[in-house]
Amino acid sequence: MSFFQDPVAAISELISNFLNGLLPQVWADLIMTLLGVVVVSSFGLIIVIFLIWVERKIAARFQDRLGPNRAGPYGLLQTFADMVKLVTKEDVIPEKADRLAFNIAPILSVVAVLLIWAVVPFAPGWIGTDLNVGVLYIAAVGSFGILSVLMAGWSSNNKYALLGAFRAVAQLISYEVPMLITLMVPVLLARGMGMMDMVEDQALWFIVLAPVSGIIFLVSSIAEIGRTPFDLLEAESEIVAGYHTEYTGMKFGMFFAAEFLHAFTVGVLFAIFFLGGWRGPGAQDFPLLGVIYLMLKAFFGYFIVMWVRSTLPRIRIDHMLALNWKFLTPLSLALLILTAIVEKVFEGHAWRVPALLIGNAVILILSYFITRAASRRATKERVTFKKRPMAKPA
Amino acid sequence: MTAEQGVFLFISFVILFSAYAMVTRSNLVHAALFLVVTLFGVAVVFVLLDAGFLAVVQVLVYIGAIAILMIFAVMLTQDNAAKEQESLNTNYGWALLLSALFAFALIVMLGQWQDAGAIAPALGAERDTVVELGAALVSPAGYVIPFEVASVLLLAALIGALVVARPQKKGM
Repeated sequence: MSFFQDPVAAISELISNFLNGLLPQVWADLIMTLLGVVVVSSFGLIIVIFLIWVERKIAARFQDRLGPNRAGPYGLLQTFADMVKLVTKEDVIPEKADRLAFNIAPILSVVAVLLIWAVVPFAPGWIGTDLNVGVLYIAAVGSFGILSVLMAGWSSNNKYALLGAFRAVAQLISYEVPMLITLMVPVLLARGMGMMDMVEDQALWFIVLAPVSGIIFLVSSIAEIGRTPFDLLEAESEIVAGYHTEYTGMKFGMFFAAEFLHAFTVGVLFAIFFLGGWRGPGAQDFPLLGVIYLMLKAFFGYFIVMWVRSTLPRIRIDHMLALNWKFLTPLSLALLILTAIVEKVFEGHAWRVPALLIGNAVILILSYFITRAASRRATKERVTFKKRPMAKPA
Repeated sequence: MTAEQGVFLFISFVILFSAYAMVTRSNLVHAALFLVVTLFGVAVVFVLLDAGFLAVVQVLVYIGAIAILMIFAVMLTQDNAAKEQESLNTNYGWALLLSALFAFALIVMLGQWQDAGAIAPALGAERDTVVELGAALVSPAGYVIPFEVASVLLLAALIGALVVARPQKKGM
């Protein structure tokens, strides 16, 4: 295999040959594995530096501003300047804080996102570890993120931080439900939970077979990362900054980085589950092309997240929960049942794709009429203050 | 000693230590956090046994639920300061006796088992454990009845929760 066809395989072969000459097999394998972990996680962390610049620049375009434009060409070095600022800031730990939990929480929040990258298929053969339960694994490591939020909020020993953490946990746990149910649809279509099989089965992208599921996945993912319109986790007028109120310097920086990385990871997952992952012309022979295709598709998903963020206002907390429990969850359940039935009835049939598409359309139209009828029947509660006697001039 | 045995010994030590710390902490949230470490250790043991599905479900179900447990702990103790609280009952003696009995019974049982020291044969790479588990859950020769009974029970619990949470109609 030539170097240009698959540089990563060539380099890793070189290193492993070198290590095998020096050390016994077990140690050489251990070092190779650790090296792989370092490469994958640094890729994720380095991409964040770039992402913060991209997001600020694009948000600026949406809002008719220039965005960062002083440090370096096009403001490219702005993030480095911010990082230097965060690192050199004083690290304040509240006196009554629970020190151990307070210090572990930011690390856990970054780790929870980086763990997802272990099962991301970058290109044919390029994957950290191809678990046969990849999809469930992604759901499982998400619970560490929830835990880190709660640890941060509780250990800060601050009422606002604790309330922010409660609110965050309520939102994250609620939106996990439609997200997980929706993820079962690609699993059904690919007939397996392995991430590599998921991509290889997408000769026809799953967004074509399950368009509504793709949209539900994106919406509930936006809620999972707490972006507008679901950015109730951060409300200056109500709970100060939320669960990370007491954090300063690089510890706050880690929550910040974890949030950005999570937003991009959502784009990557959307690309893998619904946009065909690394698939594209020539990707099978040149894995490097596959990485480029995956990143392009992931940036498309990430762009939608940014687009929604800079266009929509935030929604009220009861609307947020109602949207989840009364609309997204039943809809995703209906889609799961539909996909399971159609996949069984039309297995290997020419009508499989049209049947799935028609089913999706019918369910979408039905859900529109049902919600419209329900919203007409519901008596709307007026959310206002009580009428108070007006002050009259004496 | 193989690498697997080394990992097993290390993780067993972690599980035992954090389980002990969990029951002796007087701070409820600390106890919950040590419970997380214990459950994660059990997930690692599942990985060592080639049971990837169980390991992932262990993390998803148990550690995912800990967050809720912590919220209850914080709400019920009413004070988010790291305040030490007295244990509500003193059943140390009974707990010690019961766990000693249980450990004794386990040791006796395992001592009588012929294959206790045998090394498990490696699982072939071509066997997909998830597919086998799925087939076993719905095949009549496997576990279809317990599976369905559990599903009905969960559905009943779900509907029960709905009925409890439903606002009462006037005049009822």
